[in-house]
Amino acid sequence: MSEVRAEVRDESVRELAAGVTVEPAGGAGKAGEGGGTPHGAANGAAAVEEELLTINFGPHHPATHGVLRLLVTLRGEVVLEAHPYIGYVHTGIEKSCEDKSYWKVIPLVERMDYLAYYFNAMTFCMAVERLLDEEVPPRAQYLRVIHCELNRIHSHLVWLGTSALDLGAISIFWYCFRERDKILDLFESSSGQRMHTRYVQVGGVAEDIPAGWADKALAFTYDMEERVGQYEAILDRNEIFLQRTRDVGIVSEERLLGLGVTGPLLRATGNPWDLRKADPYSSYDHFDFRIPVGTVGDCYDRYRVRVAEIRESCSIVRQAIEGLPEGPYITTNRKVALPPRHELATSMEALIHHFKLVTEGFRVPPGEAYAPIEGPRGELGCFVVADGSAKPSRVHMRDPSFVNLQALREMVVGGYVADMITNLAMLDPILGGIDR
Amino acid sequence: MPDATGLELIAHDLREQVLGAVTDTQHHRGIATLIVDPERILEALAWLRDTPNQAYSFLASLHGNDYLPAAPRFGVHYELLNMDRVERLHVKALLDEPADGGLPELDSCVELFPTASFQERETYDMFGIRFRGHPDLRRILMPEEYEGWPQRRDFPMGGEPVLFTHNETQTPRWYE
Repeated sequence: MSEVRAEVRDESVRELAAGVTVEPAGGAGKAGEGGGTPHGAANGAAAVEEELLTINFGPHHPATHGVLRLLVTLRGEVVLEAHPYIGYVHTGIEKSCEDKSYWKVIPLVERMDYLAYYFNAMTFCMAVERLLDEEVPPRAQYLRVIHCELNRIHSHLVWLGTSALDLGAISIFWYCFRERDKILDLFESSSGQRMHTRYVQVGGVAEDIPAGWADKALAFTYDMEERVGQYEAILDRNEIFLQRTRDVGIVSEERLLGLGVTGPLLRATGNPWDLRKADPYSSYDHFDFRIPVGTVGDCYDRYRVRVAEIRESCSIVRQAIEGLPEGPYITTNRKVALPPRHELATSMEALIHHFKLVTEGFRVPPGEAYAPIEGPRGELGCFVVADGSAKPSRVHMRDPSFVNLQALREMVVGGYVADMITNLAMLDPILGGIDR
Repeated sequence: MPDATGLELIAHDLREQVLGAVTDTQHHRGIATLIVDPERILEALAWLRDTPNQAYSFLASLHGNDYLPAAPRFGVHYELLNMDRVERLHVKALLDEPADGGLPELDSCVELFPTASFQERETYDMFGIRFRGHPDLRRILMPEEYEGWPQRRDFPMGGEPVLFTHNETQTPRWYE
């Protein structure tokens, strides 16, 4: 086995070395010390000093935030080329979805980007609702917003903790996970699960929030805002953190747009593109919130944007809880949503609907829909093709991590290895979402 | 989203500029779809991107689909976005399976939209649609030595042996 692996690796190394000489550190990105032409191998004595080193970074490396493998060519400490290799946790979720009825797809898509499960379920449900032409009641929209924003805070907290850990700050990791746990407690109390909650359903949400939950969530948002201030106090004046993030990994806004990058990475360059504002869905236009943007587009701005987003999300959760409308939490269309449990004892019709929905599921008229939302990492879109049966004929997730990963090469080429770690951390890739 | 009239206007202009590019239009559930001749997909995308009053300059997503019983079997979908007007346009190219059993081919749009690189690789990986002119068309999610196109509708679900050290030698073309 080991010979096979070595052979495969040698091949890719050769291929890579060829690639490096043809294409010197292409695109924008910072022109560091090593940004020039790397093929100095021809001129004698310098050849020894300029020997290139090609190493596998990952797939099992704590700083890759999952199982990402980067084939990195180095000259000393300087990154000359970096190629991401992905697919190590590819589980064929999209294929599996084609064999499940629509409501059984929800738990599957939730497991793609495992830090943004509410978002995954929501974008899938929005695509199906579009195909069904199903209205979502206002209370359900608000409940979705509340949970999505809590999920965004949760995702950013995990990102902040692990990223700071990559940069050598361990205590912030424990603080972030302490707050994250409170969010998971809230999720557990509202939906029964801490992760992969299957809370968002086609036509609404699975359950109303329990009594007292709103107060707990409100208290959490106030607490969270205070904690964010404490995190900033730890990191913002930390000389090591500042030196490692400032002016690192700058890629121009135009280039990022060309590469399809969205979310905090794009907003860090000063482009206020956020689907919650630009194309409000699920009654986001009812809330008053700001879109944090950066100015330089370096790793420090990416950090600032995400931390500021935590504050805005707290504010959205508060507004949504305070303005939570009365009414049903899921559509009353019995052809799509399960009837309430108590009706089953008295109504024959409810029993029939229940039976049909649980055994076969609902049918969706033929059509194709793409529903995008603003996930924690950028535009998260779900493309669903319905063929008229009770199972989707295709489910595709446009995962922001997958698309954003393409920008990594331009962020790291020409910089130091240590900056590559920073860039990777601030890119916030979730390999479950990349590989699906 | 352009409304039904707006979509027809776009289709009309595109037909005039790029002859025979648009084969059909659809407006379903508020989603505007242009169905484009696969041979002219690049011209159509370039026109949509560069014409000043269109300016669909952001490719949000690219994905493939297999409409197996239908006659043009494969579809490649482009979700274009105009960020200023916040309008989305869904462009679709339908491809037939070649009669000689080869792979269907389509021009790569990486030159126009660099973001398409990974997504075209994924479409190639899952559906076996070959993108002409893609700089690095390799499998991306499946192992490089994998045979078959897993997301085609006639590809069986399940039964895939998990690759461990002890059965590595039994997988097809493991030595390459």
